[in-house]
Parts: sequence; C-alpha cells; structure tokens
Amino acid sequence: MSSYRLSRGGAIDRSQSLSFTFDGRALTGHPGDTLASALLANGIGLMGRSFKYHRPRGVLTAGAAEPNALVTIGRGGRTEPNTRATMAELYAGMEAVSQNRWPSLDWDIGSLNSLLSPFLGAGFYYKTFMWPGALWEKLYEPFIRRAAGLGKASYEADPDSYEKAWAHCDVLVIGSGAAGLSAALTAARAGAEVIIADEKAAAGGSLLSETSLIGGKPAHEAAQNALAELAAMPNVRILTRTTVFGWFDSQVFGAVERVQKHVALPDPNRPVERLWRIVAKQAVLASGAEERPIVFGGNDRPGVMMAGAVRTYANQYGVTAGRRVALFTTNDSAYAVAADLEKSGVEVAAIIDNRGAVPTSWTGKARVIPGGAVTATAGGKALEGITIASGAGIETLEVDALGMSGGWSPVIHLACHRGGKPVWDAAKSAFLAPAVKGLIVAGGAKGDLTLSEAMLSGAAAGASAAEALGLKAEPATLGAVEGDLSIATPTPLWSVKGFKGKAFVDYQNDVHHKDLTQSVREGYGDVELAKRYTTNGMATDQGKLSNVNAIGILAEARGVTPAEVGTTTFRPFYTPVSFGALAGTGRGKHFQPVRQSPLHGWAKKNGAVFVETGLWYRSSWFPRNGETSWRESVDREVLNTRVNAGLCDVSTLGKIEIYGADAAEFLNRVYVNAFAKLPVGKARYGLMLREDGMIYDDGTTSRLGENHYFMTTTTALAAGVMTHLEFCAQALWPELDVRLASATDQWAQMAIAGPKSRQILQRIVDEDLSDANFPFLGAKTVSLFGGRLEGRLFRISFSGELAYELAVPAGYGEAVADALMEAGKADGIQPYGVEALGVMRIEKGHITHNEINGRVTPGDLGFAKMVSSTKPDFIGKGMLFREGLQDPKRPRLVGVKPLDPAAGFKTGSHILKKGVQPSLEASAGYVTSSAYSPVLGHTIGLALVVDGPERHGEEVQIYNALRGEFTAGLLCDPVFVDPRNEKLHV
Amino acid sequence: MASLITCPHCGQRPKEEYTIKGDAGPKRPAPGAPEREWFDYVYQRDNPRGTLQEFWHHSGGCRRWLVVTRDTVTHEVFSVSDASERAAS
Repeated sequence: MSSYRLSRGGAIDRSQSLSFTFDGRALTGHPGDTLASALLANGIGLMGRSFKYHRPRGVLTAGAAEPNALVTIGRGGRTEPNTRATMAELYAGMEAVSQNRWPSLDWDIGSLNSLLSPFLGAGFYYKTFMWPGALWEKLYEPFIRRAAGLGKASYEADPDSYEKAWAHCDVLVIGSGAAGLSAALTAARAGAEVIIADEKAAAGGSLLSETSLIGGKPAHEAAQNALAELAAMPNVRILTRTTVFGWFDSQVFGAVERVQKHVALPDPNRPVERLWRIVAKQAVLASGAEERPIVFGGNDRPGVMMAGAVRTYANQYGVTAGRRVALFTTNDSAYAVAADLEKSGVEVAAIIDNRGAVPTSWTGKARVIPGGAVTATAGGKALEGITIASGAGIETLEVDALGMSGGWSPVIHLACHRGGKPVWDAAKSAFLAPAVKGLIVAGGAKGDLTLSEAMLSGAAAGASAAEALGLKAEPATLGAVEGDLSIATPTPLWSVKGFKGKAFVDYQNDVHHKDLTQSVREGYGDVELAKRYTTNGMATDQGKLSNVNAIGILAEARGVTPAEVGTTTFRPFYTPVSFGALAGTGRGKHFQPVRQSPLHGWAKKNGAVFVETGLWYRSSWFPRNGETSWRESVDREVLNTRVNAGLCDVSTLGKIEIYGADAAEFLNRVYVNAFAKLPVGKARYGLMLREDGMIYDDGTTSRLGENHYFMTTTTALAAGVMTHLEFCAQALWPELDVRLASATDQWAQMAIAGPKSRQILQRIVDEDLSDANFPFLGAKTVSLFGGRLEGRLFRISFSGELAYELAVPAGYGEAVADALMEAGKADGIQPYGVEALGVMRIEKGHITHNEINGRVTPGDLGFAKMVSSTKPDFIGKGMLFREGLQDPKRPRLVGVKPLDPAAGFKTGSHILKKGVQPSLEASAGYVTSSAYSPVLGHTIGLALVVDGPERHGEEVQIYNALRGEFTAGLLCDPVFVDPRNEKLHV
Repeated sequence: MASLITCPHCGQRPKEEYTIKGDAGPKRPAPGAPEREWFDYVYQRDNPRGTLQEFWHHSGGCRRWLVVTRDTVTHEVFSVSDASERAAS
C-alpha cells in the first residue's frame, strides 16, 4: 500500500479528489491539502535536492519556514519557482516539478558534489577558486552557478494582474492562533476596528492541529466559533492567505494577500495577489513560535521532520509521516505528538528524550528513552533507521519517520524590523522581542507556549491595544483548556555530541555543524562574519529554522553565551514576496505613462514620426512620398519654413500662469534680467540661474495683464521650474503676493514660422497682425474665427523667421492646427518636427539644454550683458560673481564649421588647435550641438571653446576621439543665418 | 515601503505624494552677504544622526512646500508645518 493517508481526521474533504502532477507523475489529493501533504499521502518523501551537495531532501515543516521542499509550480508565464510545497494549496490540475536536479530527482548527477565536500566547506568561495583569477569568469563562476541553484524563472510574461491597496484600522492582529484570536476578540468586543491576518488558507493557527479541549470543545471547533463571532462583527476584517511581511515606519505594515494562488485558472477580473499597506494604530504580534530542529548526523534524510509538523500532517491533513515513527525531543511537546499518532493508529517506536528526567505523565504505548540522543540515521532517499546513544549504550531502531523537537523559538521578526534587537532569555532558552512602541507581542511569539498562557497573553495584548485607543476592554479567551501541556523550559541542545556524518544546521544552504566550528577556528566566529563565511541564514528562508541553532553552536565553540553572540539583523521581508505583487498595476504602459500633446492627432494624420522625450511623444519629422531618409524630410521642412511657412507643435513646453500684485517683483528675482518694466502685451526672453550661479533654464515670459504673466519653460524642465518657482514663492519669499498654476496641459501651442506666416495667420485671427500693430515680441489674447474662439498669440521666434506662437485651449488644438494648414495651403505651409526645429535653432545660434548643461554661466553663452547689474537680488546672484565663474578662460560659445563643406563632424567632438596632438590638456573645448544646414549646404555646430568669441576665423581641428577622425574646421560666429535678425522684424 | 506624513493642508498622506529637497536648516543669506555665507548656504549640509528639519514638497497633493521635522534614525516625524511659516519666523 502506498497511501499514508489516515482513514479519518483532519480538515480535508475525502469525498472529493483533486488530480495533480509531480515531475510528470499523475497523483491525487483532496481539497484542504497542501502540495506537501498530498505528496506525503502518496508516499512521496523525496521532494527536492539540496543547494550545494544535491542531497535528497524531504519536507521538514508544515508551514512558512520550510527550507527543503521548494518546487516550481505552473507553466508558461505562470511558472513560479521556489514555491514552498508546505504553503501551496492543492488545486485540480496543479503541475509541480522538483528543482536543482539533473537528469531526475531520483538520479541526480549533482549529488557527486558530496564527494567534493572537503572542498566545499565554509568559506570555499573565498578559498577554493582563488587561483588563477582569470578562470573565475569563464570556469569557476559558471560552474558554481550551474551546480548550486534554485528554480528557474520563466522568460514569458506573467499573464495575471496584481494590485495594491491601503487599509486603516485601530488594531492589526498578526496571526490567528490561540493568542491572535483572543486578542482580536478582546479588541473587537471593545469596539475597535480590527484586521486579523493569517498566512494560511484557514485561520486558526496551531489550534487547527491541536487535540486539547477548549471550553469543552475540540480546539479547532473553539477556533471556528471565535472566527464566526469575529466574521459577524462589522468592525472586523479577516484576511486569510495574507502574510504580514514587514513593519515600517508610521505604523505601516506591509502584507501580501494571495487572492487567487490556489486556483488553476485565475479569474482575469481579479488580481492574483494584492499588496496591502495596513496603517494600524496598534498591532498585536501573535505569530507563534517555530520549532527548532536538532543538529545530529543525517538529520536531513527524507523522513526526518519537525515533531510539530508530524502532528500537523496527522491532525490537520489526515496524513501520517511514516508507519513506524520515532520522536527525538528536548521538551514535553513531543509527547502530545506521540499521543495523537497512537490515537490515529500509527506505531510510535520510541520517544528519545534528551533530558534525564522525563515526564511521569506519559501513559502511551511508546517506549521512552531518557537521556537519549539520535547520533546518526540510515537509509538512502528515505529514512530506514536511526542510531540512538543513551546511558544504556548504543542501539539502532528501524523507523521510516523521525520527528524532532529542539524547543521553540518565538517568531519575532516583525518586532525587529524597525531596528530593535532581540533579547536572549536564558530561562526560556530563546530570543525574545525587544520592547517596542505600537506593537504588543503575545502568545508563542512572546514565549508563552501553552494554550492557556497563549490565550491569556493574547487577551491581555488585545486589551492593552484597545485601552491605548481609549476603549474599555474585557480580556476574552476561547475558554478553559483541558489537557493543556505544561511545557517545561528545555535545556538547549545545540548539537548532539558524537554525531556521525553531516549534521545540518541550515538545510537550505547546506551549512552543517563543522562549517560553523571551522568558521570560529578560522577567525570568523562573530555572528555577522560567520553568516557570510558559511552562508548560514542567507537562503530564501532567511534562517528561520537555523539561526538560533547556529548562534548556540557558535556560542559553544567560542565558550560564551548566546546573548554574547547575538543575532544578525532582521529585515523585511518575512517570507519572499513576488515581484508581481510589489509592482502592482505598475507594469507596461502603466509603469511609465505616455504623454501625448493635444496636437498628437494632428501630427499623426500628417504622417509624423514620433520620438520619445521623457514621457512625451513629440513629432520628430513628417516624411512625404518618395523621401527615403529622415535627413531628406528634415532638409525639406527647414527650407520650406525659411521660404514659405511651417507649423510646429510646441505644446510640450512648460507653461506657468503667474498672478499677483508682486508677480513682477517675483519674476525679477527668479530671472537674471529685468522684468519689472515689461509692459503689458509684451514678451521677453528670460534666463534663470541656480543658486550656484549656473544657468538652470530659459524661456519667454509674457505680461498679459497688469498682474498676470505667462511663462514658458523648456520641455525637459517644465516640472522642475514649476517646483523651483513654488519653492521661491512659498519658502523664500512668502511675503510676496504671487500665485502660480501649471498650465502645460491646458494649452495646445503651435509655432507658425516663415515669411508667409503672417498672411496665413491673419486668415484666422480677427485682430490686425501688421508689424505696426503687433510688432516683434508682442503678446496678447486674440479673437479667432470671427469671435468663435479666443487664443493667446506671441510674436516670438526660435527659428529666426518671422514667427508666431499661438496657444488655444487644448481641446481646440487639433481643429485650429487643421484650420491653419487649410488656410496656408496655397502659401505652401507644411508641418515641421523637432528635428527641423533643432536645425533652425542651431542655424540661429539659439541655445538648448545641449548648451545649458549645468556647468555654464550666462557669460559663457554670451549673455553677460543680460545679467542685471542694478537688481539687488535674484536667484544665483550671490554665487555668480565668484572668481571661477568670471574667469575669462572659461569655455565660451562659438560657432564651428568644416573647412571643406563636404566634410562633416559630430556633436561631442573636441576642438584642438591646428597641428597639436590630441590630449586632455590640448582640448580647447567641444561641440555641443551640430546639424547639417540645408540653407548653407554644410555641417554647422555650436561649441564651448576657450577664448571662442575671440577666435572667429581661426582654423582648428575637430577631433572625434571615438572614431579617431580629424576634420579641419573654422571657428566662427554662432549665428549662421540672418545674423542681423532682419527676418524677425519684417 | 511606507511612511505617512501629515500635511497641514491635506491630512495624513503616504510619502509617495511628496518630494524631498533636503535640509531646511540653512537660511538664504541677505542680498549682498559675503561670499562665505553664500558658500555655506549653497554647499554646506550637515548629515545628522537624529533630528533633522527638511523641506518636503507635497508635489502630488496641494503643492505646498513643508518643513518636516523627523528623526533620521527612527524616521519618527515630530512635526510638519508650511514652509511659509518658517520663513516668517
């Protein structure tokens, strides 16, 4: 018979079968099973191979701390590696495969690593592969990575969705066992808003495996009654399948709820996981205690597991761990396991009690071996027998399962997440939580291990939490306990003396006893050093089972107490959290939103090629029939704009409305140049500095009314300038009457440039646009289409042509652009993109952030005269006149062009004196911007060069160090086209 | 993972709504102050272990600049006020 399923008992539904596969083998289980319990029921004890030595491993626990039974579940994009079989709820159609084995779990070549184990001990990463260094990358590292491993992630996209949510409550209760339920009942009855979270599918914690009577009822029934009362209360929310993984500042707890991880095909309308941020005024940590493994030879053979897990599999899942079971314990809790097994008809061969004085209350059939210890195990891929040493000598016993209990470690991780250090309690032989504000530890997590103690401490914690909130609370428990275990304080047994073979401490990382003692011998006995030297506690289970034993072994080896060794630092996450849950809805286009200009539709139907600039999609150029390269399109757009007219979308520029009686004074203080006397109806170019004297941004600001200004910024710094202005207005000069509002998205703005721009624009603008009536730098609200729409018109020019910028409310943008294209058809208007815009601005020597690179002053770019000498204060003034910023040898703006018009050069090239060899010292500066000018028929560039303005006409070398190319060039005026600005003023 | 900051205008909001500028201690010197004072204001910052006053911008909320007094070790927030009040004081 292969089934280990008991005929009765447990919270599984024997009337229904669920089929699933493990390594391709078809198996069945029942609703209520975990993958681990279903595998055990099918007689499968071998569930994985260990990390380093590839030793056969079985399941060790029945919960979150499981280090061995890690499997990969699902297929395709739903593949989830390193899933603990103890936490995976069984569902029909589950596909699970084992990990870290080849070619199969039964026959694994990697197990030969065991033969290499003398070379794989503590610190082997540092020692074994030291020489020769060149072999690391090609040989050692790939070998180690292939041999030592966990499951493989899928390359396919996860088809499921995740979400994040906030929750607020008075009291968060973490854990729903005896303590948690008592705390929740107490706080909820007092009227507190309570959230109770439990990581398992069913709430109840250890009560679900408990056979004692509470209030005259079986413990699991008492738990159900308490849960039913809580569920019926409007102020209580019960979150099952929810792991509280971290405690963060401001009383925020992180939790992940596995909403649909227990179904084969998730409902697409719901998330598979939900990341909670729970803000709790008070919290009760009732996370229980973790049973400690015992360190003896062969303690990792499949069939050896925690005694508590043996009990849980029997009582909760109706599965026996073996047909003939032995128990190895340092405390009383194993006797309850033995009693339950015997009640279920399972033979208990022996209880090996490490204590000399064993409890006299044991009335079961099993033989008790006082003062005994298991020193070795026998068997291959399954346990076949154990060797016991006791006062009576050495004996061997044939068993197929061994439950071990080395005492209990309170689960205090969350209490230490905000910096508190655990405190060693010698009386309880355990690390306890430090005293922390806002979190009350109760039950097993506090070291109150019996059911009565746990319920009383839970009730007291619930009452304290409620009272801290000003509520009156009556401590409530689930009832009086019959048959409660007295758990005597165990004398710690950190390792069995005289064990044979490898005695594992950290199962998941294959750290055994000798690694730790060796680490002490070699000078790495400090707990933090030993952790890194041996990798103890560094696996995905973060040493939940191993850390305390490791500390005990280090303490013994160093001859000090565990308190002196201390613990490593507890950090979130308590258990692994999927990237999907952390990302939430922030995936794909939701991770980085797309910003489209109000003229996006217009650009699209005109055939624009878009370029991503930050979040924006900007129209780059507009290819026409027959054009085969971007340059062809851009050259045409430039020439057409300079001869006829062009329309360009400039909506992405930052736009800020500025109001207030002191708005003029405010602008005066944020720009280097004077704004106080800017008349209404006029625009002015402005330059903004940082406080360190370097240029921050530039743009135009127009005065639309006595106390109303409209500022534009560059696209890149739209948000930055807004934030900067708000800082100035609120934090530096709150006495100024000034109000700011971002209007970037409210206006569609288009540049209409070219000699024919006025006549085209006049067809839709009602006001007279003659030069006399609306001269260069005019700015005003205009009426459009015979009074049907209002817009803002600015006579400003980036291209150097007669040009306007027209802003209309965003929703009208596309229609107005269409109307302008129609109005300008006969005049040859064409759309142009940011590439042509860039070419035209370089032709005019206008700067962008290519030049404003954070290291240039106004003087560097030829703006020295723009800096007001009369203003008492503006941002940057205090530092601008530092010696270094006024040094005449600073690189300054100059134009550069090739000597041979057929030759080209690239942005970033260095400027060298004629005849010198390239070197850092020889570089006089570099090209900041370059383009092919279709007007001039050759490449042109702007450069920052030492003495640049004084060197117009000098022949230089333009040196491209990346390609080793030299181009003979000429320094020149940075304004290449229409240097006298005659076109602007027509 | 999370911090909650109580904006004096909007109430308790998660830290993701805010942008931190840094130490709010240095006061902008008067126009014409010696270069040394400007140098200290622009470049010199303490990095204390313990209580620190910082400028926080409620960039995803009311867009007011705030002064948050918090502990750099425990992240405990002691007070939050509007930056204009600090400038006036």
